[in-house]
Formats: sequence, C-alpha cells, structure tokens
Amino acid sequence: MGWRKLAFALSAVLIVMSVVSLAVRGLNFGLDFTGGTSVELAYQEAPSLDAIRDDLSAAGYEQFVVQNFGADTEILIRMAESGNPEMANEVAAVLGAGGDTLELVSSEFVGSQVGKELKEDSGLGLLIALAVVLIYVGMRFQLKFGIASVIPLAHDVIIILGVFALFQWTFDLTVLAALLAVIGYSLNDTIVVMDRIRENFRRMREGDSNHVINASINQTLSRTINTSGTTLVVLLALYFLGGEAINNFAIALIIGVVVGTYSSIYVSANLLIVLGVSREDLLLPVKEGAGDGEEEEQPPEWLNRM
Amino acid sequence: MLNKYPLWKNLVILVALLIGFVYALPNLYPDDYAVQITGARSSTDVSEAVLKRATTALEGAGIAIKSSSLQERNGLIRLNDAEAQLRARPIVQNMLGRDYLVALNMAPSTPGWLRSLGAGPMKLGLDLRGGVHFLLEVDMDTALEQRLEAFSSQIKRELREERIRYRGGDVDGARGIVLSFRDTESRQRAFNLIRRQHSQFLMREQTQGDEFLISLTLSEAEIKNIQNYALEQNLTTIRNRVNELGVAEPLVQRQGADRIIVELPGVQDTAQAKRVLGATANLEFRLEARPDAPVSSTESYGFRDNPNREARLEREIIATGNNVANAQQAFDENGQPQVNITMDAVGGDLMNRATRNAIKRRMAVLFIEFRTETEEKMVDGELQSVDKRIEERSIISLATIQSALGSSFRITGLDSIPEASELALLLRAGSLAAPMYFVQERTIGPSLGQKNIDAGLMSVVLGFALVLLYMLVYYRGFGAIACAALTLNLMLLIACMSILSATLTLPGIAGIVLTVGMAVDANVLIFERIREELRGGVPPQSAIHAGYSRAFVSIFDANITTLLVAVILFAMGSGPVKGFAVTLSIGILTSMFTGLVVSRGIVNAVYGGRKVEKLSIGGKLANV
Repeated sequence: MGWRKLAFALSAVLIVMSVVSLAVRGLNFGLDFTGGTSVELAYQEAPSLDAIRDDLSAAGYEQFVVQNFGADTEILIRMAESGNPEMANEVAAVLGAGGDTLELVSSEFVGSQVGKELKEDSGLGLLIALAVVLIYVGMRFQLKFGIASVIPLAHDVIIILGVFALFQWTFDLTVLAALLAVIGYSLNDTIVVMDRIRENFRRMREGDSNHVINASINQTLSRTINTSGTTLVVLLALYFLGGEAINNFAIALIIGVVVGTYSSIYVSANLLIVLGVSREDLLLPVKEGAGDGEEEEQPPEWLNRM
Repeated sequence: MLNKYPLWKNLVILVALLIGFVYALPNLYPDDYAVQITGARSSTDVSEAVLKRATTALEGAGIAIKSSSLQERNGLIRLNDAEAQLRARPIVQNMLGRDYLVALNMAPSTPGWLRSLGAGPMKLGLDLRGGVHFLLEVDMDTALEQRLEAFSSQIKRELREERIRYRGGDVDGARGIVLSFRDTESRQRAFNLIRRQHSQFLMREQTQGDEFLISLTLSEAEIKNIQNYALEQNLTTIRNRVNELGVAEPLVQRQGADRIIVELPGVQDTAQAKRVLGATANLEFRLEARPDAPVSSTESYGFRDNPNREARLEREIIATGNNVANAQQAFDENGQPQVNITMDAVGGDLMNRATRNAIKRRMAVLFIEFRTETEEKMVDGELQSVDKRIEERSIISLATIQSALGSSFRITGLDSIPEASELALLLRAGSLAAPMYFVQERTIGPSLGQKNIDAGLMSVVLGFALVLLYMLVYYRGFGAIACAALTLNLMLLIACMSILSATLTLPGIAGIVLTVGMAVDANVLIFERIREELRGGVPPQSAIHAGYSRAFVSIFDANITTLLVAVILFAMGSGPVKGFAVTLSIGILTSMFTGLVVSRGIVNAVYGGRKVEKLSIGGKLANV
C-alpha cells in the first residue's frame, strides 16, 4: 500500500487520457450503432483493394470503407446509412461483373433509427448495472463499500472505452457485452477483497483501518492473481482462435481483466481508506444478549451440514 | 471434523451428474442432412404414400437415402451429405408439386432411447448455421391514419344521415379529426351523436370566430389498441408467408411495440425471401351469379383447395379485405367449427346493403394473392432466372346467406377445425395491414457458420486445457479435483442449455469460454483458504472444512452480483448480447453447484473420514 499515491496518480492519468481520447477521437461505433450496410465478400484470389474502390466509385457509391477482413482474400465493405437494404446483393453484383469469382460471405443492414435506440438502451443498461451493484453491495456490506466498488467499475469502463477510442477499434454490440462482462468480473474481484476486509475488521483487534486493509489485500493477493491468470489464459485462446468476429470482444475483455484486477486491488481499497471506513461501520447490529459484535458472518446452516 | 457426506447427499450429487450426462449426450451425435416435406396448407397432411413417391423419385435419380420417416404432419428424408441434400430438394419438389413444401433441414440424429427421455441437442444460432435475419418495422403512423380515415368517413355518413350540416371532417395530421358547424345547436346534436357512437374519441368543443368546432382525438388506449392490432395482423401475415418459403424451423417473433424479427436458417437468397415476405394479399366478397346472369357481368374462379371445382361470380364487389377487422375460428352451438368475421363499420354497412336482398343466395370470398416466382429460362443460350409477377385469384369460401349480414357474421358448415382455422387465417392475411419496412438485415453464409463453429470449439478446447494445466501445476492433488469439477461444470452447462433448448450462438460460445475461466475462481478461493488455514497450523480435516465454509460467503456474493449483471444484459440486450447473457447466467449457476457441492463431494470421498497428515495442495509455491 506504499504504492497508494502512485496508484492514484496512475489511475488519474489513465482516466484523463481516456476522457481526452474519447473527446478528441470519439468511439468508432460499429454498424450495430450507426446504421448502414456492411458486406463481407470472399474472393478466389486476393483482390486489389484500390480496384474495388474504383469499381464502387464508378458504380456511384459514396462514403464507403473497403478493408481486408481476416485473410487477404476476404474483404469487408462498410457503407454509411443508405436506406436501401438490397445494397449487399447489388455490391456483390457490381464487383462480380469484373470477372472475379467471389462469394457473399455475410451482409448486414441496420437502419439508423435502430442503431440510435441501441446506443441509448446500451448506455442505460450500463447505468442500471452500476446502480444495481451499488444497491446490492450497499445492502450486503455497507454504503461506503458500495461506493468503493462502483467507482472502480466506472474507472474500468472508462479506460476500456478510452483505449477503444485511442486505437479507433470498432465498438459494436459484442464489445458492449464484453464491457458488461468486465463489470461482472471486476466486481467479482472487488467483492472478494472486500469480503476479506469485512472479515478482518471483525476479527483483528489491533491495527488501524490502513493496517487491516493492507493485510486483507495481501491475504487475497495470490487468489486474485490466480483467477486473473486463468481467465487471461482463456481469453488469449479466444483472441487467437476465436476468429475475426469476436476479436474485439476478446480484446475488450483482456484489457478489462487486467485493469479490473488492478482496480480491485488498488483503487477500491484506496477509496475505502479515503472514505474513512472504520471498524464501527461493520459492527453487526447488536442483538439482545448477543456478544460484542465481533462474531464472523456465518455461512448458512445448510452449508455446514455438507 | 470428519468431512464425510451422508449417503443421500452423495446420491443426490451422483443423480444430478447422471442426469447432466444423459442430457448433454445428444450433442455428441452429429446432425443429419435432410429434406423435410410439409403440406402447403394446414389441412394437407403428408401421408405414407407421399413419402413413398418422394423416396422413389430420389432413388430414381441415384441419390442414396439414409432413412425416411413420418413425424406428426411432416415427412423427413435423411441423406448422406450436403451435396445430396441440395440435389434432392428440387427433385422432391417437382415430384410432389405445389401442394407440398420441401425444405432443407438439419435433423438431429439423437438415438431413440435418448429421445424418449426428451433429450435433444442444443439449437445452433444463425451465426453458426448460416441463414438470414430480418428486423421489420410496422409503420404505425400509417396504421393510425388508415384507421382514422375509416372513422372519418363513417362519422361523415352518420352526420349526413342525421341531416346535421358540417364542414371539414377530414383527418388532420395531428392524429385527429376536426369538424366545423354553423351554430351551437347543430354542434350539440353532432356532439351527442358522436359520443354515443364512438367512445374511442376524446372530444373537445372550440369556437373560432363564427365557426363552432368539435375536435376529435383518439384516446391513448385506442391508439395502443390499433397499434397492437396492426402488429398482430402483420405478424400473422408474415408467419403465413414464411411458411410459404418452406424453411425448416423459422422464427417469427414480435419485438417491442412495433417490430418483428424473422429468422430463416439455411436461406441464402435474401432477395427471394424479401419478395415473399413483402408480398401482399387481398380479399373480395362477391355474390354468386344467378344462373341466368349475362356472361359479361360474371367471372369464373376455381377453388383454392380444389382447383377443378369452379364457381361463377358477379363482377360487382361487395367489400374488400380492407374492411375486415378480424376473423377468428370458433365453434357453433352444435360444436361444429365456424369462422367469426368482424367487419369495420363501413364494411358492415356495405355488407348489409348487399345481402338484405340476397338471402338464400350464396356469397363467395375471393382470395387474391400477388407473388413473384422465379423461373429458369434459356436466354441467348444461357440459363437465367427471370422473375415473374403473378396474381392468383381463388375462392376460399362459398356460403349461403341465411339472413341480412351486418358488421359481424359467421361462416358455418365447415368440415374440420383445420379448415376453419385456415380460412380464418386467410381472411386475416388478406385484410388490411399497415405497411412494413426492413430496418435490419443480416446474412450469414454457411461457410462462415462452419468457420465460426470450428473457431469457437477450438478456443473452448484450448482455453479449457490451459486452465486445467494451470490448476494441476499450481494445486496438485486439489488441482486434479478442480479439473474434475470444471469438466463436470461444462457438462452440466451443456445439459442445461439442451434441456432449456437454448440457442447456441457465437457470443454464447464466448460466454462458455468466459465461464470456464471464471468457474475456476470458486476453486481457487477455497484452495487458497485451505492453504491459509494449513499455514496457520490447523489440522488438515479442519482446514478443509474451514476453507469451504469461509470461502462460501465470498463466492456467493461475487456470483450473485455477476448474475445480476448477466440478468440486466439479458433484459436490455438484443440478439448477440442475449445469447451471451444466457450462457453466462447458466454458467454461473452450474459453476456454483460444481465448485461448492461437487468438488466438496470429491474431496470428502478422497480425504474424508480418516486421519490425514498432509494435503496435496501445492503449498510450497505460495508459502513465501
């Protein structure tokens, strides 16, 4: 915890950078959110992207992006809102007219209204998720713990968004799903640490809050690292083998797991100290004739019978 | 501290795992390529003879048949490979003609004894098997406007009949009708009349200069009603059309207040799918011509269910499908099937005027269908497909008029319930529906689907193997127990998804992979706790007990919060996000069961009930 100031500085820098890159570059929203048409084509032989662009311009299309997708024989064409759902077949016909053998692998068309609604719903979903977490942790632990668990989540989300804005990676529905998974995951970490802090506050009679929190983090450190390790291993497998379609999903999760692990160790514990959490906050309501409020939270009775 | 499970608890675990095993099993059997035969109408059944004709035709073309069977109303012919399947479809379709629909299908090859237990494999989502996904939006503004137009002309007619003089009365853009009157007295009479007849309007009186106005606006409830009706109507129409496409296992679903999802697995030609979905139908009600009527004023049409039978109808149209408000299959007093038809007010009026002088004559319902058919034609020595727009007219009902009809009447004397519901369906399909637009469309080629399956499977297998290795190296003997628990977790997850017949999608696979990564957490938490207790000098048996019970609270809190997030994901997410949320939620539940109960069971079986000196939990590494 000697690293506390450093951690604060690091988080502050990361957040500021993320906000700046979000403000300056903005998110590169995928088709799901912007609306428009995307067409994925597989050629027999690697085509020239410039030739494709020329063909499309000649056919009267405007505002399109042509790029390789996965392999150099596969291309992805994205177009801004067109209002014409027949576009995919037309594009395939235009490009096929040149004599190349090509196959329509997939195509997608999203109306701009649908995209806009999705954007609003998603933002709302994120906020609801955070609010629910705040309420649940506030109830199960205590309000200070709730705040100290939600702020790191927001911290993680902002940093992932910042990285996506910085590199202009496509932000689509799957990345949104990843973002929510990260919330769940990082929360998992945070809760485990907090659970230990709660337990130690009730058990350790000596030492100030600082000391108790330090001890708790150290006790859970190897678990935190192990779990993050196994999750990362799996995510790397997903990233390298899962195919183009879930690459961004995997990347978002990888960043999320790394940042989430960091934030649950440093950020949330720091916040608890800043919020001035103390032993008194965690005293169980004293029942009549009960002990000194020092008892541990007991697991339910059915578990003991196992 | 004995760490012994009672017998019943061990049995419960074993039974749960056994059930999981049985229900996960069907996923190991690969699907068969098949063609499915269904009747084009709900009243047409596929018989043994029909199936026989199809198989004979296939054998004649040299296509090997694996097996053929009848299931309820469908025939299923299983074939050896995808190529045979593609060749077989047109052959069977040509053989059976237009009375039957022939669709490509993937038939699960679950063995009989598993099927009898109700077990079956997981369904694959569109992104894994290829197909088209459409999102259609119903134009509610137009639906409302059309309804208002109908109200407006009706109100005007009523005012005329009551000899109340008015001006205006047309539909105003702002979802309302404004009528103007010369004096307050006629306004009052009109006000009373409209309030009596049309309770669905909110009415307001205004005075502008020397004009006395009544403005009518639809109530919120009525607007909701109209919108709901328009959506249901379109849903029915779309279902009808989709059936016509002959797709196996299509999905037509309502989404929100004004959208419809259509998923057609296996369909590649989106253009054709859209033409059929967008096709329109209409109805005409006409009287049967008198025997002595001049030929110039009559037309002859065939019956839809029997093209050889014909009837001669008058040219004059009584009403059209636009006037049909609803049609439902029901039963008459004698329990015989009938169809109840509700016309809108205008239609009811027209019907009444035409039928009161035509009692004992017969009235026909003519079904008019516009469809586009693709034909292969030789053009300049090349085979080209040409689209042809076809208008088809056929009689779907010819019934004797028993009494003067009004806005609601019924058609009786139908032979069977399927016939009655088919007639009701056609009546609804041909009646007014608001226009629809395609707002989203996604096509996934079959090769991409296979690639996604392979990639997904590969990443699950590798990720899983790596996690197992990690646990083995780090926790030794306990690691092996964790591995067993993880494997069982995966099995239970698959079993649950199969039982719920949840659809597996690519994000769903990602969810499984992530669950594998996170399911370890419970084990890690417990094992770390046990190590800690051991370091504190607690004897092994008590350490195991303390490890499991202390870690419980953390595991419970952590999983519940994640579950909450997954539920939110499911509630607000669409398509891909939902698939992810489903696997994640099920995964959390199964991993809690295997992590807490099953792994404890194994630990108890290995260490419980005896004196243990040392646990194989790889303590050295962490014992710094």
